[in-house]
Amino acid sequence: MKLRTLLAGAMALGLATGAQAQDDPVKVGFIYVGPVGDGGWTYQHDQGRLAVEEEFGDKVETVYQESVPEGADAERAITQMALQGADIIFTTSFGFMEATNAVAAKFPDVKFEHATGFMREHPNVSTYDARFYEGRAVLGTIAGHLTETNKIGYIGSFPIPENIQGINAAYLHARKVNPEVEMVVTWAYTWFDPAKEADAARAMIDQGVDVILQHTDSTAPQAAAQEANENGGRVFTFGQASDMEAFKPLPRVASIIDNWAPYYIERVGAVMDGTWEQQATWAGIAGGEVEIGEITDAVPADVKAEAEELIAAMADGNYHPFTGPINKQDGSVWLEEGETPDDGELASMDFYVEGISGGIPN
Amino acid sequence: MIRLERRPTPSRFWSAAAPILAVALTLVVGALMFAALGKDPFEALRAIFWDPVFGEFAFYFRGQLLVKAGPLILIAVGLALGFRAGIWNIGAEGQYIVGALAGAAAGLAFYPSDSWLIFPLMVACGALGGFLWAMIPALLKVTLGVNEILVSLMLVYVAERSLLASAAVGWLRNPDTVGFPGSRNLSRWEASANPELIAGTGAHWGVAAALIAVIFAHVLLTRHLTGFHIRLTGAAPRAARFAGVVPGRLVIFCMGFSGALAGLAGLFEATGPAGQISIDFASGYGFTAIIVAFLGRLNPLGIVAAGLLMAVTYVGGDNAATNLGLPAAAISAFQGMLLFFLLAVDVLTNFRLRAGKGVTA
Repeated sequence: MKLRTLLAGAMALGLATGAQAQDDPVKVGFIYVGPVGDGGWTYQHDQGRLAVEEEFGDKVETVYQESVPEGADAERAITQMALQGADIIFTTSFGFMEATNAVAAKFPDVKFEHATGFMREHPNVSTYDARFYEGRAVLGTIAGHLTETNKIGYIGSFPIPENIQGINAAYLHARKVNPEVEMVVTWAYTWFDPAKEADAARAMIDQGVDVILQHTDSTAPQAAAQEANENGGRVFTFGQASDMEAFKPLPRVASIIDNWAPYYIERVGAVMDGTWEQQATWAGIAGGEVEIGEITDAVPADVKAEAEELIAAMADGNYHPFTGPINKQDGSVWLEEGETPDDGELASMDFYVEGISGGIPN
Repeated sequence: MIRLERRPTPSRFWSAAAPILAVALTLVVGALMFAALGKDPFEALRAIFWDPVFGEFAFYFRGQLLVKAGPLILIAVGLALGFRAGIWNIGAEGQYIVGALAGAAAGLAFYPSDSWLIFPLMVACGALGGFLWAMIPALLKVTLGVNEILVSLMLVYVAERSLLASAAVGWLRNPDTVGFPGSRNLSRWEASANPELIAGTGAHWGVAAALIAVIFAHVLLTRHLTGFHIRLTGAAPRAARFAGVVPGRLVIFCMGFSGALAGLAGLFEATGPAGQISIDFASGYGFTAIIVAFLGRLNPLGIVAAGLLMAVTYVGGDNAATNLGLPAAAISAFQGMLLFFLLAVDVLTNFRLRAGKGVTA
């Protein structure tokens, strides 16, 4: 294809000039799905970018583009970053998967890092992800204790395995401490849409849900819960992706924090000393990628202690949130006593565990 | 005191000058906004308007301009016909989605055949899907007199929230991936792919279709009786009836034509630049095309220029966002200003400014 030849030519040109100026900083690009001010997912990736700047100072230059839709525009945004001399590009949403791989084919000397995906079609594409479900297990434990209506809600983004892992992990651990608990799931079909997220939260509160977990990126559900509490409600929430500390101590009683900074620093460092290699990373609480934010005093001390014990057990590698016996929703056996799933099985999870009602939209 | 006085006939001068003045005002106010954000306004305007066309990487960006402008022009040309007759199809975004879904579904039904007939079939079904989706507001308007603006707009959300969402996670989902939303990659399946016709230009079948549609609409408006009826209905609806225009038939024609073109745009996008039906497939082309239609003065040739200009603000806007760290919202505000100033300046087409006290009528 002629375009490829042209791009390759441009690449060669870029390499030639790059070789002349060895002291050029390493250029690090970030493609964000939401605005950096979303207070959640993208904000947290941008914190990672700032940490890279802090770590390497003059030796790096970072660029980013925010609110890039997960469609045809993504490929252009990534291509443009590569053309303009980025050495490594982090594409930080699942929906950038095909675009990342398509651009990677045209720029074999640029490193690509795709968050939460599984496609690595070219040797210059790595993927990285975090075991959010470990954090959900902790939040589920707290939720099971806090609920009085025995209804906990989960605002899902898309019915993909990442969300389903979270729903199952949260439910299993809530049920463990409160057998009466019921899980209410709403699909927002968006990663970031404050209006829709707020509607979902309000609808849940109207149904009697009093603890809300979210898998979407804005603080709108927190605000909706706060509003309900101001009007005499009793609703608890958890910060998502970012600490969302503005909503402490209530309704936000704890949070699940994505900490991408160590990974970004490590990978940019690898580009600098020429040791970057393709890999697929999936770290969790043990690796420090998933953190639980401050558990506020609104949570009883014994519940807090129980949550902290669970965190410690996962940090040591002594506990897997999906440890059998666990049945699937239809009653069939998923995991035998003491059995844990392998990563492939987790990454393709498409069923609810026993006890959750309703179907996964399909 | 300054007051507005209605002109007896719209000013031809201002009708032509309004888009130019609107662009100029956008440049000035946009530059002020960029300066207020602490960026060099000339750098920003250069990144938006100069770099995509003449800059270092123009060889790539020029192709991207056609990729962006193609669907905008294709949809806007269809909309403009209706708008000229006072028929307001606001739901092109929905017709775009339904066209893409119908075309993709028709093609995927034969997966993994490699028959050459598949792509033409998909194109036909894409047009048909958009046409039928537009027929809902059209028939409701003709039979029950329901306002087509509301119905066509509401149907956008039906298409996006239920049809597209269920297709991407359910009935059109790629069965080879594990639970991930999105259809098979249509641009990688040879039978359905809509590749660049000339490598490096960005011109795919959708761009070719846009060109054909522009020529067709231009000839229709200037040489054909239907075009005369459209112009007459817009200018003088009562006179049009005496001239033998059947309003219902015109509604069906304009809605159907614009729906079919929007459906085509969706199909070409799904098989080309987007490559698949994903949850985020609705990219707002159907709404932006409304701006393009008005910016182009509802004239097919003007729409070509307007579509390219809008494409420049998109491609250049992205360029400015990465290079200068401009927030995405600033780029959207800049694009919004264009429509805002156009509407504001357009007042001068139908009204003139008069100083002094008005004579009370």
